Amino acid sequence: MTNTRRYFHSHVKARIAALLSLPIAWLGVLYIGSLAALFITSIWKIDTFTSKVVREFTLSNFIDVLTDKAYFNVTMRTVGVAIAVTIICAVLAIPMAFFIARVAKPKSRPVLIALVITPLWASYLVKIYAWRTMMAPDSGFLNWLISPLGLSSPGFGMVAVIIGLSYLWLPYMVLPIYAGMEKLPDSIIDASADLGAKPGRTFLKVILPITWPAIIAGSLFTFSLSLGDYITVQILGGTFQMLGNVVYQNFALNLPFAAAVALIPVIVMFIYLGSVRKTGALDNL
Amino acid sequence: MSSQGSVIISLRGLAKSFGAVRAVDGVDLDIYQGEFLTLLGPSGSGKTTVLRMIAGFEAPDAGTIQLNGADITHLPAYERDVNTVFQDYALFPHMDVISNIEYGLRVKGIGKNERREQAMVALQQVRLEGYESRKPNQLSGGQRQRVALARALVNRPAVLLLDEPLGALDLKLREQMQIELKELQRQVGITFIFVTHDQEEALTMSDRVAVFDRGKIQQLDKPSAIYERPANSFVAGFVGISNLISGEAGQKLLGKPGTWLVRPEKIEIDAQVPGGRSTTGVIREVEYLGPATRFLVDLEGGISLMALRQNTSESANTVASMRNSTVKVSWSIDSEFHVEN
Repeated sequence: MTNTRRYFHSHVKARIAALLSLPIAWLGVLYIGSLAALFITSIWKIDTFTSKVVREFTLSNFIDVLTDKAYFNVTMRTVGVAIAVTIICAVLAIPMAFFIARVAKPKSRPVLIALVITPLWASYLVKIYAWRTMMAPDSGFLNWLISPLGLSSPGFGMVAVIIGLSYLWLPYMVLPIYAGMEKLPDSIIDASADLGAKPGRTFLKVILPITWPAIIAGSLFTFSLSLGDYITVQILGGTFQMLGNVVYQNFALNLPFAAAVALIPVIVMFIYLGSVRKTGALDNL
Repeated sequence: MSSQGSVIISLRGLAKSFGAVRAVDGVDLDIYQGEFLTLLGPSGSGKTTVLRMIAGFEAPDAGTIQLNGADITHLPAYERDVNTVFQDYALFPHMDVISNIEYGLRVKGIGKNERREQAMVALQQVRLEGYESRKPNQLSGGQRQRVALARALVNRPAVLLLDEPLGALDLKLREQMQIELKELQRQVGITFIFVTHDQEEALTMSDRVAVFDRGKIQQLDKPSAIYERPANSFVAGFVGISNLISGEAGQKLLGKPGTWLVRPEKIEIDAQVPGGRSTTGVIREVEYLGPATRFLVDLEGGISLMALRQNTSESANTVASMRNSTVKVSWSIDSEFHVEN
């Protein structure tokens, strides 16, 4: 025991290696490893009679995904939904975070933050089924609420999916923006007013640009979580489908093809990460 | 010079409370065009709150603020013709130096070329040419301070408000900035209202000083008058080092009742002021300060005095051995100043 202690005391690198071995195993085996497995599976063949994977190289899965117009459309729909959810979350979260961080009394901030987080304490399925009940075309709560205005519930479909996902991921957008706005010194906002800027201009030209990296950080959550979701789509989407559903349907029948489709959100995410890297958002995570 | 100008800012009965604390408790103050006025006081004395009310960041509970004869008490900050240099500089971190300086002009809708021209002039005034495209986090504290100054001055405000702008700088840089700031103020001719808790800074830079304590102005006068003729014992104690002689022992020593102030540099150690007081004391402590030496002397009757003596090359070597010795202590009766309690 004493020897071990002595060894670690005098060998800094050994200490760091011991400290990082578990996180590296987690990242390497569970994340990078499973991504690699996904990629390898996607270049295998399938026995069309038995649906068994044949370990022989082929690019046909990728060719199918890239050439079939239907899969291109699903990809575009999925990215479109993820963008819509991200924008809705940002539009809702920015004023919420602003209110909590800068308007509400410091004493009530923890309470308000807790209220933002409470939806995360309930089961995903419970929340989505609750939305299903609310969104039901003729009998739902939403329909009852807006029918006096001459409107009716959008029913199950893309709009319902966007509403459901926006609800689910909103806290992931509020929290980083709140953290960003809370860090903002009062004096910077005072300085903008002092130099003649009205509140609207101060918000657009000072508060928003400074908290932009935090908004991007939040969007990474809402965007990636939306890209990969399929349960909400199943429950609220009606006949509407996203990439996750395609993966889910092919999982049992044609695993290599499902793997090829599952790589699409990964690639989209890499493109997104690459394009936001220069905003400095990744330093803020 | 101050009393000859016209009044630019006029405060009447200004009051502000935070909860149960009366931060500003009835302040009346006239500030003249072109003067360098310092609000001096310990932290919590209300000086910064007065400045923030003039800027429009705090609304007074009572009283009025006039700027050039117009009532601005209820005007929002963005409609007041005053600009502020903040204690933490408050530069916009996402903008480079020149965009920071141009911000106020851009808000006013001044065209691009004219804006750039004026911003460059301001940048020259604070001697930061060549730093246009730096971001605030690429600047030192002193440089940020200059950018903050340029950003405020470029708008040519009627009054410039400075909230402890030198507080975060180290001593050498602070002394240099004091001189530059004073020069700049003469050059641009804009009224400066300067908040500080540093009495030396207040004395060296100001045309007039308003000494604050517990939300009230204790004294408003020229620096020399604040130092030589403090209005009360608070001012005497806060500005400079003071020997306050009072009580029974004081009356016995001076032959007159009340509280009397004698500044340390007026007291002679080991020498006799012609026609002045003469007594003896024991040196309890000797502090060598470089240009001068400070003595703490115990007189009879329990009175302790601080005395300051300029050092000559001979005396500097012998002062350390003076501890515990009995010496003659003397000062001129003219240098005794009566202060209110």
